[in-house]
Amino acid sequence: MAYDYEKSIRPGKLPHIWCPGCGHGIVMKGLIRAMDTCGLDKNNTAIVSGIGCASRLPGYMDCCTLHTAHGRAAAFAAGVKMAKPEMNVLIVGGDGDGVAIGGNHFIHACRRNMDMTYVVLNNNIYGMTGGQFSPTTPTGANASTTPYGNPDPTFDISKLAIGAGATFVARTTAFHATQIDKLIAEGIKHKGMSVIEVLDDCPTCFGRRNKFRSVVDMMKRLKEVAVPVQAAAKMPAEKLEGKILTGVLFKEERPEYCAEYAKIIEKAKGANA
Amino acid sequence: MAKKTALVQGNEACAHGAVYAGCKFFAGYPITPSTEVAEVLAAELPKVGGSFIQMEDEIGAMAAILGGSLTGAKALTATSGPGVSLKQELIGYACIAEIPCVIVNVMRGGPSTGMPTGPGQSDVMQARWGTHGDHAAIAVAPESIQEIFTETVRAFNLAEKYRMPVQILFDEIVGHMRERIEYPEPGELEVIDRAKPDVSPEDYKPYDSSKGDIPPLASFGSEYRFHVTGLNKAADGFPTTKPDLVDAEERRQIRKVEANRKDIEKNEEYMTEDAEVLIFAFGSTSRSARYAVNELRKEGIKAGLFRPITLWPFPEERIAALGKQVKGMVVAEMNLGQMIYEVERVTKGSCKLEGAFRVDGEPITPAQIMEKVKEVN
Ligand SMILES: Cc1ncc(C[n+]2csc(CCOP(=O)(O)OP(=O)(O)O)c2C)c(N)n1
Ligand code: SF4
Repeated sequence: MAYDYEKSIRPGKLPHIWCPGCGHGIVMKGLIRAMDTCGLDKNNTAIVSGIGCASRLPGYMDCCTLHTAHGRAAAFAAGVKMAKPEMNVLIVGGDGDGVAIGGNHFIHACRRNMDMTYVVLNNNIYGMTGGQFSPTTPTGANASTTPYGNPDPTFDISKLAIGAGATFVARTTAFHATQIDKLIAEGIKHKGMSVIEVLDDCPTCFGRRNKFRSVVDMMKRLKEVAVPVQAAAKMPAEKLEGKILTGVLFKEERPEYCAEYAKIIEKAKGANA
Repeated sequence: MAKKTALVQGNEACAHGAVYAGCKFFAGYPITPSTEVAEVLAAELPKVGGSFIQMEDEIGAMAAILGGSLTGAKALTATSGPGVSLKQELIGYACIAEIPCVIVNVMRGGPSTGMPTGPGQSDVMQARWGTHGDHAAIAVAPESIQEIFTETVRAFNLAEKYRMPVQILFDEIVGHMRERIEYPEPGELEVIDRAKPDVSPEDYKPYDSSKGDIPPLASFGSEYRFHVTGLNKAADGFPTTKPDLVDAEERRQIRKVEANRKDIEKNEEYMTEDAEVLIFAFGSTSRSARYAVNELRKEGIKAGLFRPITLWPFPEERIAALGKQVKGMVVAEMNLGQMIYEVERVTKGSCKLEGAFRVDGEPITPAQIMEKVKEVN
């Protein structure tokens, strides 16, 4: 029987705003399956986003949804989680939203290790504003603000998350649709800050300018660049050139922020009594 | 039983006022001269089961209190000059998404880093118009330690009642000054909680104004699931660009304050009954102004003081009336003339108008005000 996505989607909110061929919808379906796997209670789940095409995702989801300002999702989410730690807090958003304007909130969210899951929809471009380069646009690629090719070096979002202290970091692509929900589910179950980077496609703003003739071509690229971490461990360095590692990239146990703060509350109440 | 009294700083009084008002969440970022508000709440909030978080910057702190408030918690942030500038985008978010929250601005000079340890009153127009777009604003400006406490409680009440951000502005002088405070007993001051929906979760619309201009706000994590956005939205909380809906929503949000001025406005008048000249002053400056009134009266000059405790909305009606009663007005403020624009707008030339301004980091003295009063008398 076909999977029933509609039970998780707000009645009357489809069709979505995304372009035909946009990868964001694939990620949303993965998120829905992951939430299902984890048995998340809709009433007790907040989905927080910033601004951008990716950030429109929460509006379709039948949960407590918060579409904030550009770059600020992780900080709003921290407030939700601190004020109501029993809530499941998920964050979604684009590469520009998360690591350009929101970069500071992103790294500090990773450092604090609150029990939240951040799904980054990385399509290597600013989609909503019409294709300006983002911190993950490949050097040399074309964007509307790089008429001579992109001069900027890039961020590796997963490495950034690991470096900043996230305790579960995984990566996959919109091509590897069935891996998306598995990794997000693992992230949700992990007690601490989890970041799942999904390499995604924006045919309208990135593909068009960078010689991808079709969405299929973009999907093929995602298929080709992805190398599972386990396989990569056995491959020679030269074969890994230009490849992107997928799967669970990092996992560790570290005290979770709200659990630690609960101890502070107990201590303070004790001192007060 | 004698009341609990203490000798405290304005910033501490603000923090204790917040706890009294039922504040359960504070997010901030250190900045002089407001930091003590955070320091006290870091210690006090966990004692009452609340929480405190120091964020990575003031934008993050503003974002966090909005997220926290949506779960139903009364939420506060405190900052000064540069920090308030950083918060502006999200203050607008709080306006359009109608999220109750309180923002303390312990004013210092500016622009930019300015004089971090010097007092100023130059953020008053920013408190009205700092964020982009049309929006209503509520800001209060206490002048003493006791009043910082009571106005903090009132600021929370207004935020919760009108479902919007409320700013508390006081300057470094009152923020850092120590005075005796008499702590009100629990129940002595009114404490208002936001209205909760009285319809079923299926029928709940977070911006449904069919029963009044202030729709009840459900909490995240309850059986009410709803959507919040900074886009112009319809009653159900989802984005719309329909001109009639956008227009109606924008006007309703401004009407929340305009139609309730009587409830929101609070002023103090001192010797205005027979006044022939009026001093308009707020915050710590009004302390010098009151002294000036007394001295001027000794000299036979019929001076009076009007002190807006609510700066925004501006007390239009009363100032217009006083403008017709007096020969002249002096607006005393620690900036180079901001509230004077409002006084000018409202009095429409009905009396002489002068400003006693100062931006050198020193307080305005009674002598400076008296000199100006004599010019308009
Ligand atoms: C403060 C602010 N600056 C700029 C913008 C304009 N803006 C809206 S979306 C966006 C980029 C979105 O790109 P990304 O986050 O990568 O998401 P995508 O649209 O590609 O899914 C920008 C720059 C804004 N809304 N707010
Ligand atoms: S512009 Fe790009 S990111 Fe935005 S919906 Fe279209 S394809 Fe997706």
